[in-house]
Amino acid sequence: MILILPELTILLFSVFFLLISLGDRKHNPANYAGPLSTFVLIISLLTLRSNGTLFSGAYSVDLFSQVFKLMLSLGFCLILYMQGKKKETEENYGAEYFMFLGFSILGLMMLVSSVELISIVISLEISSYSLYCVVPLRKGRTKVQIEASMKYLFFGAAATGIMLYGMGYMYAIARSTFLADIIKVMPSFISEPVGIIAVVFVLAGFFFKLSLFPFHFWAPDIYEGASNTTTTFIATIPKIAAVALLIRVVMLAAPGAQELINILIILAAVSMTFGNLVGLVQRDLKRLLAYSGIAHAGYIMLGILSMSRDGNAAAIYYIAVYLFMNLACFYAVILLSGNGENVSVDDLAGLAKRSPLLALLLAAAAFSLAGIPPTGGFTGKLFLLMSAFKAGHLNIVVIAAVNTVISIFYYLNLVRISYSRDALPGGGEIRLSFQEKMLCLLLTGLILYTGLFPFGLLEAFKSMI
Amino acid sequence: MTANYLMMNPLSFPILSTTIFLPLVGGIIILFLKKDRDIKVAALAAGIITFLVSLMLFGNFRPDTQLFQLGEFIPWIPSYNINYVLGIDGITIFLIILTTILTPICVLCSWTAIKDRVKEFMFCMLVMETAMIGVFCSLDFVLFYIFWEAMLIPMYLLIAIWGGPRKDYASIKFFIYTLFGSVFLLVAIIAIYLKTGTFNIPEAMFRGYGLNFQIWVFLAFAIAFAIKVPMFPFHTWLPAAHTEAPTAGSVFLASVLLKMGAYGFLRFCLPITPEASVLLAPGMIILSVIAIIYGGFVCLAQTDMKKLIAYSSVAHMGFVTLGIFTFTLFGLEGALLQMLNHGVTTGALFLCVGIIYERTHSREIHDNAGLGRITPIYVGFLGLFCISSFAFPGTNNFVGEIYVLIGTFIGNRVAGLVAVIGAVLAAAYMLRLLKQIVWGRVDKRDISDMNAREVIYLAPLVVFVFWVGLFPRPYVSVIERSLANLLEQMGPFIR
Repeated sequence: MILILPELTILLFSVFFLLISLGDRKHNPANYAGPLSTFVLIISLLTLRSNGTLFSGAYSVDLFSQVFKLMLSLGFCLILYMQGKKKETEENYGAEYFMFLGFSILGLMMLVSSVELISIVISLEISSYSLYCVVPLRKGRTKVQIEASMKYLFFGAAATGIMLYGMGYMYAIARSTFLADIIKVMPSFISEPVGIIAVVFVLAGFFFKLSLFPFHFWAPDIYEGASNTTTTFIATIPKIAAVALLIRVVMLAAPGAQELINILIILAAVSMTFGNLVGLVQRDLKRLLAYSGIAHAGYIMLGILSMSRDGNAAAIYYIAVYLFMNLACFYAVILLSGNGENVSVDDLAGLAKRSPLLALLLAAAAFSLAGIPPTGGFTGKLFLLMSAFKAGHLNIVVIAAVNTVISIFYYLNLVRISYSRDALPGGGEIRLSFQEKMLCLLLTGLILYTGLFPFGLLEAFKSMI
Repeated sequence: MTANYLMMNPLSFPILSTTIFLPLVGGIIILFLKKDRDIKVAALAAGIITFLVSLMLFGNFRPDTQLFQLGEFIPWIPSYNINYVLGIDGITIFLIILTTILTPICVLCSWTAIKDRVKEFMFCMLVMETAMIGVFCSLDFVLFYIFWEAMLIPMYLLIAIWGGPRKDYASIKFFIYTLFGSVFLLVAIIAIYLKTGTFNIPEAMFRGYGLNFQIWVFLAFAIAFAIKVPMFPFHTWLPAAHTEAPTAGSVFLASVLLKMGAYGFLRFCLPITPEASVLLAPGMIILSVIAIIYGGFVCLAQTDMKKLIAYSSVAHMGFVTLGIFTFTLFGLEGALLQMLNHGVTTGALFLCVGIIYERTHSREIHDNAGLGRITPIYVGFLGLFCISSFAFPGTNNFVGEIYVLIGTFIGNRVAGLVAVIGAVLAAAYMLRLLKQIVWGRVDKRDISDMNAREVIYLAPLVVFVFWVGLFPRPYVSVIERSLANLLEQMGPFIR
């Protein structure tokens, strides 16, 4: 019971909003969301050290899973505070919105603890289906969000299908759905086509969550169609869990056949190059961040395809940094758009004068995404490059380095427009509340902290793998 | 932990860290100030205090050792063997002092020129100073790289916010060019780390890597540094950035940022990849000579004062790289002296352009012509720095150039001859500029002469011009030991 306390708490979170949704609709449910998610965060923090297995070995609670749960609940908590009292969802579905988000977190928390194929699928689907429901809840009845949610659903279903296909092969190889059993027989199959197909197909489900090429098609449209807060959630939280599972599945294949590594290298290279090149021409800020996310999925693969402890730790470190810098970017989007409409790159004009703090936040996030020191993005990328280089993959290191240069163009553009352009007509001063200011400072601080003092976190991540 | 390459700091406080982070602290204090005047005074105070601390640095510097001194060592990311290591030697001591003296000067020169967003401007300047000093003090690759890249952000903002009409184009070009070079630097750094297991710069020197490895690492380094210097054909970002940057930005760019490329060659390429350096030196010498001649001819055709000085930087930095790749003591000493001289003289020339730009709002030579009678003091200063720029005997550049030329003639006569032609070209374009500015027109215009503030910040540079020009020995004796040691260690590789 105590082992799955974080899961139970988030379940209670969702049930609470379920009950609220049954009552009258006078209260703004957003008032409760923040404090309750803080409670979840505290519970995850307190159970960080718990250890054990449940459900006849299908569910493993260890430092690895608990750290991921902590990251998930931290991200969730930040997002809820970031949304604050902004009304971006349909009036009548406020409570359901939080309920579904809670269920999604529940699914992801279960996912990072699952060490058995069926549990993995079930947890993944719990999380995905909740998100399919959340996307169309955006305020205003336009076709955009409906289209987005349909796309999300279909691509998601397709990815799950491919994953299940791969799992079928895995079961055929190992005659067991437990990862612990599969890892024993996998090494002798990993050079065979069947082994490679099994691993790559299972990975596909998580590539989808991470929006890695060729499972990235949903990202730009969903980012554009979903409300700002929903996008923030989809762009960060599921990716954290995806990294955990990528590590778990790739560990099955370690030390890994050259063919498998080559496939991963190609996917990573195409993903980052494609994401950055298309990102260059985007005008909608959320679409731009979607392509940036595709590129970053490629960077993260650098750590995973190294198939080493350093590489995995680097990937986890990077996803943690990515959480902070992406949240920072999206926070700028949320605060800039008064009523939850999309923000275009040109809307950033004069941001430095309209709100210096917000411009600073966006600049820190943009430089971090581009990988310029002294931000976390640089330090994370350094670890990734080092691990891939150490594993002997110089080609992908050079590609990633060149990609950094390509990407700087559009990240820098954000900074350039917000600092050197004059505000558009109607762009008055943006007044931030105390809480908003504190969140801005916190996110900026986290980006710099992860850049300058990586040792503690990195050691923790290393020790848990 | 003490290492055999580093003499720890004997003082009671970490003097290098203090020098590095004082400006940053000043910058953070500025953020809390409200009035523009207070901000400027605080920035000036931060700059001057840092300068005084850096003089203490000089006071405690021992020129009789080739080791890195005043060192500091703190483990930073132990699992990757990344440490916070600082130390200086003869190569860096003057570059640091050059940086610290230029910062208060730049604050003064922006006193009235910057009216918009003064707080952010001064903050950027002080952050720049921190990063620039950090680059020269770092003895750890990662630390070095962080400072090296972190410098880009404030510099970018200086150009992008307070720049001239084409600031968008210039700032982005500057950023992307430099970043492009830097990522190769990063890859090379990782390669060295994987080979040696350390990010420590002195420990990576003279390790006898395979020639193939050396060539690749050298090329990666060379791209990064050649862009920064900038060497022909990587110089195209420089005229744009120099021209569009505000005066203080141009001064920082010309006086310090360009030196970082040359510093990189001295600190990284020569000691870490000595064989490759020797092997590829002819190529570097050819590029340097092309830069000298090309820069000279392009200067002759300029009508924009700032552009002219920017291109003259290409030519001057050609002398620096030429000196480095002769692998003679004269050449190296000349190169280092020339780095300092160029920093002072070109910085001063940019300041002069800034002064006149504030009055006439034009950088065109024609608009500013015929100032001889109108603003005699200004023309006096400008004339002095111009003749210093083309290495008139008795000025600082003469010493540097003659050292480089001696070194070049020892090593390679053809390159030496071509370089002499470049030196003549320098006289031609500088005298042409001077002639136009002093006597170019005869009409009467209402332009006020330099005020006390402007005289005050140019005066130290004048002192330096003559000091190095007439008594270079104290400078040479400080830098000599480190360079001689570098050359000695490279000895076996030079044929």
